[in-house]
Amino acid sequence: MKHVMGRLYTSQLWRSMFRHGLPDSNRTRAETIFYNFFLHIHPTKVRKRSLRYTYTWGLGGLSFGLFIVLTVTGGLLMLYYRPSVPQAYWDMKDLQFVVSSGQFLRNMHRWAAHAMVAMVFLHMLRVFYTGSYRPPKEFNWAVGVLLLVLTILLSYTGYLLPWDQLAFWGISVGTNMARAIPFGLGEKMSFLLLGGNIVGENALVRFYVLHCFILPVAGCVLMGIHFWRVRKDGGV
Amino acid sequence: MQKDLRAEETSDARKSPTRIAFMKHRMAARVKRESEEMVMTFPNLVVRELIAFEIMVIVLAVVSLVFDAPLEWMANPDHTPNPAKAPWYFLGLQELLHYFPPVVGGVILPALAVIALIVIPYFKINIKREGLWKENRKRTLVILLVSVGIVSIVLFLFRVYAMLIPTVAVTLFMLLPYFYPREDGVVGRLSGRPLSWWIMTWFVVIVIVLTTIGTLFRGPEWSWTWPWNGTY
Ligand code: HEM
Repeated sequence: MKHVMGRLYTSQLWRSMFRHGLPDSNRTRAETIFYNFFLHIHPTKVRKRSLRYTYTWGLGGLSFGLFIVLTVTGGLLMLYYRPSVPQAYWDMKDLQFVVSSGQFLRNMHRWAAHAMVAMVFLHMLRVFYTGSYRPPKEFNWAVGVLLLVLTILLSYTGYLLPWDQLAFWGISVGTNMARAIPFGLGEKMSFLLLGGNIVGENALVRFYVLHCFILPVAGCVLMGIHFWRVRKDGGV
Repeated sequence: MQKDLRAEETSDARKSPTRIAFMKHRMAARVKRESEEMVMTFPNLVVRELIAFEIMVIVLAVVSLVFDAPLEWMANPDHTPNPAKAPWYFLGLQELLHYFPPVVGGVILPALAVIALIVIPYFKINIKREGLWKENRKRTLVILLVSVGIVSIVLFLFRVYAMLIPTVAVTLFMLLPYFYPREDGVVGRLSGRPLSWWIMTWFVVIVIVLTTIGTLFRGPEWSWTWPWNGTY
């Protein structure tokens, strides 16, 4: 067995992918990080202090983890969902009763979404109470606030998609709040968001596009900047 | 000046040639630290990240097996539920709307909160590490009492007890180290807290109180309803 694995690790195919040996020395451990597209977001060495769970509580990382869970479950949900009235609601029912594990899929997406709003808020509190917003990290803090707003908007736009009473009236209450913005700006904004004066099929399509495309892409860009800045600002 | 400056030497020639760094009193924490112990990212950090992520997914999966996401009847514009509630993270806002006119509760206050959050690190006051009562005690006391007084009167006039009570409570904790100065214990720790810490804590307490009231204590017509009489 050992022999076979040894052959594998030294084969050209393996080497072309990973370029370094097993991480059994500090040199190969460093290479594991910086030859890997996904891991090279990290430096090869980190401060021991910032590894303590009780320093970051892993909250930023877990916020990102929830985003990944939401992207995967969300992609699967899209396979069964049509953003039209009343089909959207019947698709929910199908997820519940027809699609294998459909209810589980929906539950995962729903609870992860609630958890992400809370997690991002807690992450913000951690950053504040450890004083990690101080220069030179002030810009990354601002990026973070935008990410918080974006997270809430993602959750909010998703809230309409099941097209049940909860969704319809939750969104109606929210967009009525926006109408209070003075100088007719609120009216204009809510018209733009809903594609009309009331929450109807146009609103459903707009929320769907925002939820499944525009906001997640914006989130990816902002998260990219956020993570990059964590390192440029000197690490955690 | 003498006290503000500190000389330090590092001899890790590979990382940095010998250098002398002058450090002022107020600087980012990482500059202050003398020498940091470093560990390899792989496996120390990567393995921890994986474990944390896996635990989170397991917890989510268990929760999803036990609790079903809600699904009510199909949307019906002619049938308004009473009360009509926004998602929970907006219920603090909805609670504000109950007290203030829509422009204030729904636009000005939330906009101010977001702007205030963004500008936090750009204000000197938030970079300070000194405790609230470190210097100018008398002046601080007067400014504090006047500003809390104004806020309290406004809150009282609008009958916003849900914000008034937390405001007064946080202020009492702020005043504690002034009237009962202690070196250690809870009061000792409170006395080391800078103003920014107090403002953020006040903000967080208000957010939690308002969101909890909106979620658990509001029923038909947005009337006060104890959770054991049903949640809406
Ligand atoms: C989608 C939302 C967010 C994600 C995925 C995210 C992710 C992360 C991650 C992975 C880190 C590394 C350290 C850690 O895990 O704590 C970090 C650091 C940081 N985050 Fe966030 N974050 C988000 C939102 C926010 C928000 C809302 C704020 C503040 C308003 C913020 C401000 C910061 C700052 C200033 C740092 C640097 C902290 C340090 O160096 O100690 N982030 N973020």
